[in-house]
Amino acid sequence: MPEPANPTGPAPAMTPTPPTRAAGGVGTPPLGTGGVGSSPARPDAEAKVNGAFDYASDLSFPGMLWGHTLRSPHPRARIRSIDTTAAQAIPGVEAVLTAADVPGKLHYGLIEDDQPVLSLGEVNYQGEPVAIVAAGSLDVARRAAELIEVDYELLEPRCDPEDALEAGSFFRYQPVRLGDPDAQVPAAVVAREYVVGMQDQAPLGPESGAAVPTADGGVELYVATQWVHSDLEQIAPCLGLEPDRIHIAIAGIGGAFGAREDLSVQVHMAMLALATGRPVKMMYDRAESFVGHVHRHPARMRYEHAADADGKLLYVKARIVLDGGAYASTTEAVVGNAASLAVGPYEVEHVSVDAWGARTNNPPCGAMRGFGGVQTCFAYESQMDALAEALGLSPVEFRRRNAVAQGSKLITGQIVDAYDPERADDGRPFSPLADMLGRFKEIPVPAVPAGRDIVDLPGGTGNTTHGEGVRRGVGYGVGLKNVCYSEGFDDYSTASVRVERVDGQTVAFVHTAAAEVGQGHWSLQAQIARTELGVDRVELLPNDTKAGSAGSSSASRQSYMTGGAVKAACEAVRELLRDRDLADGPVEATRVFRHRETKPMDPVTGQGESHVQLALCVHRATVDVDIELGLVKVVDLTCVQDVGKIMNPAALEGQIHGGTAQGLGLAVMEEMITEQGRVRNASFTDYLIPTILDMPPMRLRIVENADPEAPYGLRGAGEPPTLSSTPAIVAAIRDATGLALTQIPVRPEHLTAHLGRQP
Amino acid sequence: MKVEMRIDGEAAVADVDRPGESLLSTLRDRLGLYGTKNACEQGECGSCTVLLDGDPVCSCLVATAQCEGREVKTVVGAVPRPVRDAFIACGAVQCGFCTPGLLVSVADLLAREGDPRDPVIREALAGNLCRCTGYEKIIDAVHAAAEAMADEAHRAPARSRAAGSTEETP
Ligand code: FES
Ligand code: FES
Repeated sequence: MPEPANPTGPAPAMTPTPPTRAAGGVGTPPLGTGGVGSSPARPDAEAKVNGAFDYASDLSFPGMLWGHTLRSPHPRARIRSIDTTAAQAIPGVEAVLTAADVPGKLHYGLIEDDQPVLSLGEVNYQGEPVAIVAAGSLDVARRAAELIEVDYELLEPRCDPEDALEAGSFFRYQPVRLGDPDAQVPAAVVAREYVVGMQDQAPLGPESGAAVPTADGGVELYVATQWVHSDLEQIAPCLGLEPDRIHIAIAGIGGAFGAREDLSVQVHMAMLALATGRPVKMMYDRAESFVGHVHRHPARMRYEHAADADGKLLYVKARIVLDGGAYASTTEAVVGNAASLAVGPYEVEHVSVDAWGARTNNPPCGAMRGFGGVQTCFAYESQMDALAEALGLSPVEFRRRNAVAQGSKLITGQIVDAYDPERADDGRPFSPLADMLGRFKEIPVPAVPAGRDIVDLPGGTGNTTHGEGVRRGVGYGVGLKNVCYSEGFDDYSTASVRVERVDGQTVAFVHTAAAEVGQGHWSLQAQIARTELGVDRVELLPNDTKAGSAGSSSASRQSYMTGGAVKAACEAVRELLRDRDLADGPVEATRVFRHRETKPMDPVTGQGESHVQLALCVHRATVDVDIELGLVKVVDLTCVQDVGKIMNPAALEGQIHGGTAQGLGLAVMEEMITEQGRVRNASFTDYLIPTILDMPPMRLRIVENADPEAPYGLRGAGEPPTLSSTPAIVAAIRDATGLALTQIPVRPEHLTAHLGRQP
Repeated sequence: MKVEMRIDGEAAVADVDRPGESLLSTLRDRLGLYGTKNACEQGECGSCTVLLDGDPVCSCLVATAQCEGREVKTVVGAVPRPVRDAFIACGAVQCGFCTPGLLVSVADLLAREGDPRDPVIREALAGNLCRCTGYEKIIDAVHAAAEAMADEAHRAPARSRAAGSTEETP
């Protein structure tokens, strides 16, 4: 087990190239006290409020070069030739590399190796990397890249996912079949088509990192990534190096939300560092970031919901088409989630779902918070509202009647089993969802204040209304999200814990490779160590490939998985300490933690216990809509979420607030617009994310229905609020306007089109 | 071209060779002062907010050449301790990439207005994007900081009177 980080970072393998400051800012901050259930100050908080925390974009090494990527301006083209002569000739340029210079394997990918390191004669999306440059400054590197002459033969891009399906171009098709929908005789049927735009994670920290060549011909990488071991597995073959010649440490991460699951700068900067023998830093600007990572899949979904006269769901049919873009990324797994979670947390015995991930020449899509659960959630919740209305039931009552309960089956046949089997509701099995829906009664919808400031009205300081034309609406949304990896994936995390006496104090050292992306995972590890070992002082070692894999900081899984691994390692240390004395030397244990095995989905019926844990979140949104101008102001968001166990109240609330905000963004403003494969709005000027003026006050009710299988009973909490806030807001806008609204983001023109004057 | 400024209270000289070089680029790439963040370089996110002669600006939109003889305060020098403490205590920091810019904006707000109401806070921070927190705890932190600074302001004169008064010292 390595030593803790010292203020100058990990000991360098070759002489004078230590990072100027500790990568990722992991150091030895005082942690204060605070175990599981409390909100101690974050270990990284002080460095983050005084400007000293080192993000990947803040790295600097002596003699460092800057790398830059030349990307294809075309969504589809054949490359006839690349001429780098003019670029090489610029003073200060140290390397210009193309696919011909890739030392090893030519492709990489998270699940399927289909993404070229550098384009191999054909580009398949706008922004595909074609060549890379290293130079003494970023300016020079950019200028050189402009001088690389690429002769493109333009080809017709395939941009409509339906065309792709017709041509058999897709990454995965997953059906779910249950019962016999066509044999049912319903009392009410609602069939609609829904459209979800392409959302971007837009973490504020840009993609960045640095690669430092080592004396033995290897390379050290410092990079903002969600899963350092998956990076290593993909990078090593492309560099033609044995994995033990590559050391990767996570550098400070400025948010992730799925955008850092796929590789970005990693192989490129390593190639440049190996080619020049010098440290190379890469950092995307915002425009490049928008094309330099995958996005949330845009979707077209046709849903048909039917109910009987008692207000019970009879059947659901759904056709879900996700656009995976040009390369596989995680589309396969996203399609699995979309299919298995296609009807949400409701009981229904007759189901026919067909879910596709199409391959097109649009930007590649992959992981974003909610991962395949978001698109379908908007559709099934909209359907639940429409069907409730058709039946003359309130949205809450209709959902309550159909809510899954202990022992219910999801559409995949998976039994809902992670709740207290002893608990009953009026003699019926306990339904956590029905319970959560009931809690909104305790929290009144905010009243319309008497004399309102115009800044509180839709349009805000634009001074567009004094209240005339403004209508209030209220809506609900429920989200069901799987936690951890599903469908038989071998999902595990590793933690090492060492306890020793330092200066008369007992100190626990915790070493994992888990990425702190902002969610507060460092705090959580320290809290667990304090609770399990009864120590005050916990030191967190750098998150790097010297530790065993922790898996990705995604799928709401790190509290469960790496939390579970740290807990297990602490328990092992405690056990060892029964017959050992710390005075005789340190005590250390490493543990690998796995969750219960999951099963693949049957390729024909979709049946299978594919998920390990499910988490629920319910939102109620209150909105004011200026129905003449189509402007929306979200006035209140109230959220009831089941987290199993509150591990850290402050961090948990922060996750719910932030997840809710991203759902609001998708509901009313966020969309990457593409035209024939070309991104039209790759900037914060044109791609809007919620500001503090867009966000309403949020009220939370946190429920703890423990999952007996999970560490401390916890349920993953980061993603569910991102699912449910979107449909709740759109439902509220429908309530205010009476419009059907089947497309998100909802834009002003969707709200005013019926008035007959086009904007 | 040499530009002399004061940065966080220290004299600094930047040898700027690009005519349009931004103050943000000078701080980070030339002077190695990484506390100020770059998340867009287009004036849209507020991560690069600094005080220029006391006024908040997006340093990515200010040319260093315009800063001759001027006073620049970044997250390092612009932010009273109670504001930092409030951000930590209220959980207003997640990934923290927005934090340096937000702290400078909050410091500016609280210097102008001792006890701002929510709409005033929202208006003042509308130029600072945060992708992680949903802003709720940032608003909590501004209130907590305002309260702590008001307390301190009340206590400070009392302390200095006591220290300066021989009669009250036993
Ligand atoms: S970096 Fe200056 S406003 Fe975004
Ligand atoms: S804390 Fe991550 S952007 Fe604000």
